[in-house]
Amino acid sequence: MKEFLLLFRSDPKLVPARSPEEMEKMMKKWMDWIGGIAAQNKLTDRGNRLGQEGKVLKPGNVITDGPYMEIKEAIGGYTLIKAASFEEAAELSKGCPILSVGGTVEVREIIAM
Amino acid sequence: MAAHELIPHLFRTEYQKITAVLCRLFGIEHIEIAEDITSDAFLQAAETWGLHGMPENPTAWLYTVAKNKARNYFRHDAVFKEKIARQLKHSIPEAGEIEIDLSPANIRDSQLQMMFAVCHPSIPAEAQIGLALRILCGFGLDEIASAFLANKETINKRLTRAREKLRLANIPVALPDEDAIHSRLETVLTTLYLLFNEGYCSQGQDMILRKDLCLEAMRLALLLTENQLTNTPEANALLSLMCFHASRFDARIDTNGNAVLYDDQDSSLWNKELIDKGKFFLKQASESNIISKYHIEACIAYWHTQKNDSIHKWESILQLYNQLLLIEYSPIAALNRTYALSKTEGKEAAIAAAEKLDLDSHHLYHTLLGNLYTGVDQGKAIHHLQKAFSLAKSAADKKTILKQIDACEA
Repeated sequence: MKEFLLLFRSDPKLVPARSPEEMEKMMKKWMDWIGGIAAQNKLTDRGNRLGQEGKVLKPGNVITDGPYMEIKEAIGGYTLIKAASFEEAAELSKGCPILSVGGTVEVREIIAM
Repeated sequence: MAAHELIPHLFRTEYQKITAVLCRLFGIEHIEIAEDITSDAFLQAAETWGLHGMPENPTAWLYTVAKNKARNYFRHDAVFKEKIARQLKHSIPEAGEIEIDLSPANIRDSQLQMMFAVCHPSIPAEAQIGLALRILCGFGLDEIASAFLANKETINKRLTRAREKLRLANIPVALPDEDAIHSRLETVLTTLYLLFNEGYCSQGQDMILRKDLCLEAMRLALLLTENQLTNTPEANALLSLMCFHASRFDARIDTNGNAVLYDDQDSSLWNKELIDKGKFFLKQASESNIISKYHIEACIAYWHTQKNDSIHKWESILQLYNQLLLIEYSPIAALNRTYALSKTEGKEAAIAAAEKLDLDSHHLYHTLLGNLYTGVDQGKAIHHLQKAFSLAKSAADKKTILKQIDACEA
């Protein structure tokens, strides 16, 4: 089994303001998807969501506020899973609810140090 | 109850009490002496009661005999006397008699302390459970052997090694201090959880024994909630979970001793008092923000005390299983989650999810698929049920599966 990092990206501007009911529905979709991976014993760490604000450090001691509003695909969260191959990891990612709101899932293999 | 029935019963309820009190008095390094003295008392009961009939108060009789044997041992064993005498000085009156306090309060304290000694992290988990069954629950070697699917010899050796470990680690028979209580309690709760499951899920045919196992686990969990230091949200959640499950004990078995599946159970046989107790302890458990796996399992068990099906019920159960799986994976949780999914998303979605579970060698996996395919594809339903039949180990399971195959073929 290999480990994979799933990065969830979406355009913050495209995410509509949601009512509490819609938020709950979305939450349920995420839980059903993650629960389905956990039921296959392929979840390493459910991960977290990330705030939209950020800082970027550049050479020469330059620190900028993350210009995330201009990025079409800001990283909104991550999850760690186990899979035998890239294909399987991608297959597991297919049900991710972020895809239904125009976002993407980036699948990256974790290379142990 | 005749003597030959009463003695095993008393062994299960009283052996541990006497042993705990003696062990606390003598120290864990003399655990074998404590057990021997107690066993001797029972041996004498078997001989005397068989010949002369039963005493009026068998428990009091056992306590008196155990006390006398302990005093005799103390008086006659020079080594023991030498070693223990100094430690016990404060409790030895002039006549040289040691005081053995078998009052309910001292029994309770001793048992609670023994629970922590037996479930000490330095003792391997397997040994803990064996010792707990023997010392905390008073189970016979036969019963422990059948619980572990091992022979008596193996279990005896394992217990001897475990006692040796207790002795070498010189674990005090005492409650851990407040800093350590949380992690120590975790081990205790795991052991009690396993004990309960042993009774609730085991394949053994002896229903009285299985019920006793559950009641024992509940008694020990209750003991935890009665002490301020150990009355934690997790302990309450575990006890709540046990109460909800145990409420169905009488409905799970028909008059012929056959298992009755949940859907076919007569809910008027469910024990309302235990359901109320479960609710009470769940409420106690929910007074902080801690959510342990016991909380989630107790909530699931609560939903199963509601016989009426509703989408809300199954949606809640599905979400609880999702949460449970995030805390800890187990094949049973994965299978149950998929069953809940069939109730909220329909059989086809659940079949697709089930076929990804990779639990091909588990008979319950095939029972689930057989159930899901019923009405969708009878051929596949029968195929899976037959596979479940060949994988199932107990006669009771096989019988239940056969019934399902018959229903499919009809």
